[in-house]
Amino acid sequence: MDLIWEGLRKALELLLALDPEVLRITWLSLQVSGVATLISLALGLSVAVALALNEFPGKRLIIALLNTGMGLPPVVVGLFVTVLLWRNGPLGSLGILYTPSAMILAQAIIASPIIAGISLAALQHLPPGLRLQILALGASRPQMVWLLIKEARLPLLAAVMAGFGGVISEVGASIMVGGNIKGQTRVLTTATVMETGKGNFDVAIALSLILLVLAFSVNALLTHLQQRGRRP
Amino acid sequence: MTRERILEARDLTVHRGAVPVLDIPELDLRVGEVLALMGPNGAGKTTLMLTLAGLLAPSSGSVSFRGSVLQAKAGREAFRRRTTMVFQDPLLFDATVAQNIASGLKLRGLSATERKPKVEAWAQRLGLGALLDRPAHQLSGGEAQRTALARAFVLDPEILFLDEPFSALDPQAREELTGDLGHLLAETGTTAVIATHDQGEAARLAHRLAVMKEGRIIQRGGLRKVTNHPEDPFVAAFVGMETLLKGQVVDCGEGLFTMRVRKGTGSGEVMAPGEVRPGQTVLVGVRPEHVALSLHSDKGSSARNAFPGAVTKVIPRGPFFKIELDCGFFLTAFVTAQSLSELELRPGRPVVASFKATSVHLIRREGLGPEV
Repeated sequence: MDLIWEGLRKALELLLALDPEVLRITWLSLQVSGVATLISLALGLSVAVALALNEFPGKRLIIALLNTGMGLPPVVVGLFVTVLLWRNGPLGSLGILYTPSAMILAQAIIASPIIAGISLAALQHLPPGLRLQILALGASRPQMVWLLIKEARLPLLAAVMAGFGGVISEVGASIMVGGNIKGQTRVLTTATVMETGKGNFDVAIALSLILLVLAFSVNALLTHLQQRGRRP
Repeated sequence: MTRERILEARDLTVHRGAVPVLDIPELDLRVGEVLALMGPNGAGKTTLMLTLAGLLAPSSGSVSFRGSVLQAKAGREAFRRRTTMVFQDPLLFDATVAQNIASGLKLRGLSATERKPKVEAWAQRLGLGALLDRPAHQLSGGEAQRTALARAFVLDPEILFLDEPFSALDPQAREELTGDLGHLLAETGTTAVIATHDQGEAARLAHRLAVMKEGRIIQRGGLRKVTNHPEDPFVAAFVGMETLLKGQVVDCGEGLFTMRVRKGTGSGEVMAPGEVRPGQTVLVGVRPEHVALSLHSDKGSSARNAFPGAVTKVIPRGPFFKIELDCGFFLTAFVTAQSLSELELRPGRPVVASFKATSVHLIRREGLGPEV
């Protein structure tokens, strides 16, 4: 027990001292996962809208693949992106392996199916006649899509939360494609793994606490947006 | 009085996969008229309505609005800006009543200041004045459908499509809303198409009826004509002509004929108006509201057709009671609560059912019969 209390005490010290290294790591985590979530939202929502509004052969197969994709193991994504970005790999010429861009790419691949899958379920859950009703009110197709998204805003924000939660907490892909390079690609999860490995439990606990608070704050903000104006 | 045609459908077909679900060679709608599409579930009312409203592309054929054919997507989109539709489900947005009523205006690019007076005026007209700020999910079924109607009327649509708008409501709300809609349609002179399987609703709202079955219109015409002169047994049953009698013409002349109907093990005679020939097999119908019940046959009455029989069933129908009778053939009559108690109507009670010859409607004649 002492180890934990000692760890917590030192962690608080580190946090209160606003250690520049800790701040940098936190900021990078937020940037990488935030950008990855935004990319996934744009991508995932577009795919969900296209799937929800169109009938075509093979649609069920795509939905099944999408749902499988919601559980993509981060290490598999990490491996795939590493191979892709390797010096003589297909995208090696970009030279972005072991940079935050590579981490954003990997995290976007992880979060996109999550956001697409939940968004699709959200859109499909809307009353079946709503689309026709919106068109009957005189909406153009873009206006119709926008109104549908607005109607599904609650579950869509849940999709964003799930996507962000998935990538801010993943470690496998970030370590593989980022390399946990100090000052460049070190994020909260990869730093926690490293510090724990070195036996620096106090630093690891401090980083974990930040991670928890961060995840909580972002979700609290999104929950606030989601539940705004809604009374029981 | 022939008014300008606002909507014309020609050779309209809709296929679902390879299955034809709609086949409408011709249908017109004139400015200011209310057309009711009637028929059982699956008759194609909704499919026809969606096609006419530009929400479903026909497999073949055309729909023209004010003389110009609706072309592909762009044409239907422009058309949808000038018409609107109310569905069975109110399909309100997750927003306040005011925002819901304003939604179509907003889609048309009206500013908040332009929208406000219109929204408030229509909320008042539909009795929603006090509910403007209420979230839609807190409304009762009737209030929600009123909001949907306000959202449609505020657009001042050139054609209003209503797809069974009240069939999900409880009887009281339905009654109120049918009355209110009738007033609004009359006051605004809105051209409308309403799908319903409720004969009473159609009778209160529509000028013309089109009865549908299996994707086709089997009879259409003025409200009174279709309800009183159904052309086939299906339409007769649908417009509430519950008693159908089949028999053979035994005598005719001067626009009136006598037919022999099977009555239990024997036979009885019914007088009816119509041009037929002796020997022809005919089918006639009698509306239940035209059948009078009494305890004794009244010789002095103008009713030419009187049949003693017995009550088999008493069914409450809103303010009326429907009485099913066995007079050797099946007959139904509507009576008021007062008559019900005065005549002590209950199953087994012997009564005399009578109806005027002019209340009998010739539906079909078969066979040529011998030349006279």
